[in-house]
Amino acid sequence: MDYLLVSLIKIAIIAPALLATLAYVVWVERKVIAHVQLRVGPYFVGPHGLLQPIADAIKLLTKEDFIPSGVNHFFYWLAPWLGLMFAVTGIAVIPLGPVVDIFGVKTNLGLADLNIGLLWILGLAGMGVYGIALAGWSSNNKYALLGAMRSAAQMISYELPMALTLAAPLLISNSLNLREIVDTQAGFVFGFVPNWNLFTGFQLLGFVLYMICAFAETNRIPFDLPEAENELVAGFHSEYSSMKFAAFFMAEYCNMLIACSIATTLYLGGWHPLVPAAAAQFVPTLLFGGAAAVLFYHGLNPGRPTDRYSFPVFGVIFAGLALLFLVPGLGPILNHLFWFLGKVAFLMFFFIWVRATLPRFRYDQLMKIAWLFLFPVALMNLVLTAAGVSFFGK
Amino acid sequence: MDLVLFLTFALIAVVCAINMSLQRHPVSSALSLIGVMVSLAVLYVLLGAEFIAAAQLVVYSGAIMVLFLFVIMLLNAGSEKLSFKSGTAQFLGLPLLAILLALASWVITDATAAARPVKFGSFTAGGPREVGWELFTKYLLPFEVTSILILIAIAGAYRLANKEMD
Repeated sequence: MDYLLVSLIKIAIIAPALLATLAYVVWVERKVIAHVQLRVGPYFVGPHGLLQPIADAIKLLTKEDFIPSGVNHFFYWLAPWLGLMFAVTGIAVIPLGPVVDIFGVKTNLGLADLNIGLLWILGLAGMGVYGIALAGWSSNNKYALLGAMRSAAQMISYELPMALTLAAPLLISNSLNLREIVDTQAGFVFGFVPNWNLFTGFQLLGFVLYMICAFAETNRIPFDLPEAENELVAGFHSEYSSMKFAAFFMAEYCNMLIACSIATTLYLGGWHPLVPAAAAQFVPTLLFGGAAAVLFYHGLNPGRPTDRYSFPVFGVIFAGLALLFLVPGLGPILNHLFWFLGKVAFLMFFFIWVRATLPRFRYDQLMKIAWLFLFPVALMNLVLTAAGVSFFGK
Repeated sequence: MDLVLFLTFALIAVVCAINMSLQRHPVSSALSLIGVMVSLAVLYVLLGAEFIAAAQLVVYSGAIMVLFLFVIMLLNAGSEKLSFKSGTAQFLGLPLLAILLALASWVITDATAAARPVKFGSFTAGGPREVGWELFTKYLLPFEVTSILILIAIAGAYRLANKEMD
C-alpha cells in the first residue's frame, strides 16, 4: 500500500493515543503522589477520579484566556505552541515495535524511521528551550523571566553530559537509527541475561547519568528550578492561563514521555522482552490476569462501600485485556507494544516517584552537579565504553 | 514534491533573513535568524545531507542561538530607535547593497560555472557514517587543528572569566 496512506493511518492512531496518554499521565501522577502522601487523590469525577482529566480539559478550554498588560503579544502567543510543537514532534521517531504484518501490509510500529533518529531528538530537545525562554521573556514579569533564564542555562548545561552519555550506547550499537539500535539489543546472553545495553553493554552508570540529565532536561523535581513555586510563583508560565497554560503542561509531559522512550530504546532494549521469547508472550496475560484476580478479590471484600461495584468492573476490563493478548495475529503485535510501553510506563512511574519523594536542589548546586560531576563522569563513561568496544568488539 | 518543498523553505529562509535586519528588537531578530537556520536544515535534508541538517539543528539553532537569546534577555536589550542622522547610510546604502549583491552573484556563478547542476536525491553520502569517515581520513588534519583552536578558545574564556571574578 502507499507509504503516505499508511503513514497517515498510523498518525491517525498515534496522535489521539498520545493526547489521551498525556491527559491520563497527569491523573496517574496525581494518584501516585497522593498515595505516597497517604491521600486518595482525585476521587469524585468518575470512578476513582478516572474522568478527572476530561473535566480538567473542559475547565482549561472554557477558562478565560487572560493576557496581562505590557506583554509582547506575538511572542506571548507563540511561545506555548512552539514548546508543544517541538515536544510532540519528537514522538515521530520513537520505534514502538518491529516490522509487523497487519492485514497483509508490512509496516513499522512507529511513525518515521530516520537514520539520524537520535540526533533529531537531541535537536528538538535543544529547540524546546525557545518555548520556555520566550514565554518567560514576553510575559513582562520578573519571576517569569528568572524562570526562563534558569531554564535556558539549565538546559544548555545538561545537554552536554546528556549527549556524552548517549554517545556510549551509540558506540556499542554502531548506529544513530533508533530502530537499528533496538535491533542490536535482541537476544540473550547465557540464555537468560537480556542483551540490552544496560546489562551486556555495561551501561548501568550511563543509564543513571542519562536519567539524571533527563530529569533536568524535562524540568522535573529535583531539578524544577524554572518553575520553583515557592520562589518564582510558577516560573516561566506564571502569566499564562487557559489553553496556553495547558500547552506548557502537555509539552512537559510529552518531553517526559520522550525522555523515557529514549532511555528504553537505548538502554532497555526497546520492545525486546526481559524474559526469553517462549515465556515472554504469556507475561502480559499473566500480569493482567493477576491484576483482574486481585481486583475481583478486593471487590468481594471491599474497603469502601463503592468498591463493591467499581473493582469488579475494572477486573472485567483487565481480564479482557489479558485475553486480548491470546488472540492469534493481534497478540504478538500487542506483545511488542506491551514490552515497550511497559518499560516506558515503569520509567514514568520512576519520574513521578522521585517527584513525590525528593526536595528541590539549590540553583548553584544544580550547576555544580552538571559541570563538576556529571560532565567528567559522562566523559569517563564514554572513554571506558570506547576502550571496551575497541578491545572486545561487540 | 522536492521542488515545492525547496521553494517553500528557500522562501522562508529569505523572508526570515530580510526580517532579521528589518526588525528593531534584538529578540525578534534572533528569532528570525533561528527561522533561517531551521529552513537551511530542511534544505540540507532535501539535498541528502541528513547529518549536516541534524548538526545544524543541534549546534546552531539548538545551542548557539539559545546562548544568543540568553544574552539578549540577560542584558534586557530594548528596541532600537532609528535616528536618521547618518547621511552616508541614507544615500549610499542601497547602491552599496546592490553592488554587494552583484559581486556575490558574479563570484558564485563564476565559481560554479563548470559544476553540474544539483539534482534532488542524487547525493546520498550525507549520513553520519560517511561524514565521520571523511572527517577522520581525508580531513583529519583540519579537523584536529579546529579542535585545538576550540580548546584554545575555551582556555581563553576561562582565563577571562577568572580575571573578572578576582
